[in-house]
Amino acid sequence: MPGASVFTQQFEVRGRDFANAGRASTAIKEILKEIGIPPATVRRAAIAAYEAEMNVVLYARKGTVELQVSPREIRLLVRDEGDGIPDIELAMQEGYSTASEEIREMGFGAGMGLPNIRKNADQFRIESVVGQGTELDIRIRL
Amino acid sequence: MRLEEIRRILNCEVLSGDEDLEQEVVAGCGADLMSDVLAFATPGSVLLTGLTNVQAVRTADVADIKAIVFVRGKLPDREAIELARIKGIPLLATRLTMFEACGRLWAAGLRGQPEQEQPQNAGSVRLHTTV
Repeated sequence: MPGASVFTQQFEVRGRDFANAGRASTAIKEILKEIGIPPATVRRAAIAAYEAEMNVVLYARKGTVELQVSPREIRLLVRDEGDGIPDIELAMQEGYSTASEEIREMGFGAGMGLPNIRKNADQFRIESVVGQGTELDIRIRL
Repeated sequence: MRLEEIRRILNCEVLSGDEDLEQEVVAGCGADLMSDVLAFATPGSVLLTGLTNVQAVRTADVADIKAIVFVRGKLPDREAIELARIKGIPLLATRLTMFEACGRLWAAGLRGQPEQEQPQNAGSVRLHTTV
């Protein structure tokens, strides 16, 4: 069966929890390194995971980041409960952001998060329901 | 360029990782926006930044940044220093501004990308102005 997962782990992410923001992604990076994934691929997955995790922290109430690794690909499923994204096409444009000043002071909210995820993914799907939340499906081939 | 050389050129205080200053960095990156670091930094670079919270260190870890220099005399919080120790990322601090610090390192030979990866014909772009 193509893409059958040999490894799955899920991480909880809390909105506004700035002290722990990025922990899931750094844990994912460690796991991928330990499995023996090539460093350049580990870096792409870590960057995509980190941008996605930060989006949950910065904009949503809570969410999960699920790592799935199969012989063929790394898959990151990021689901959150939050306000959702009304116009995904607009949100995918480099430089577009709805970030508050507080978020910008932390070095985020430059409108590069989703474009960075797309750049590092081989396949990227995003679905959002306004008032409910957003789901990202990020795939990186091995 | 070795970190020890960077410390000397920028007259840095070493906040953590004193024992790792013999390490080489392959390039440099100056940014206060973490997404810019994630999008544009070369793995194995030194990051110059004015952002002093723990996210600077997490971003460095994710992007394979080798060391961080905090510019304009700003010092990171305790959490950031602690995480950098755990991750083995040396932290330095200089009183110089971002512009001055980047300029001095560039003048000493450090580039944004390793020499062999420089884009062809960089620097020969012509701007046309219509009057």
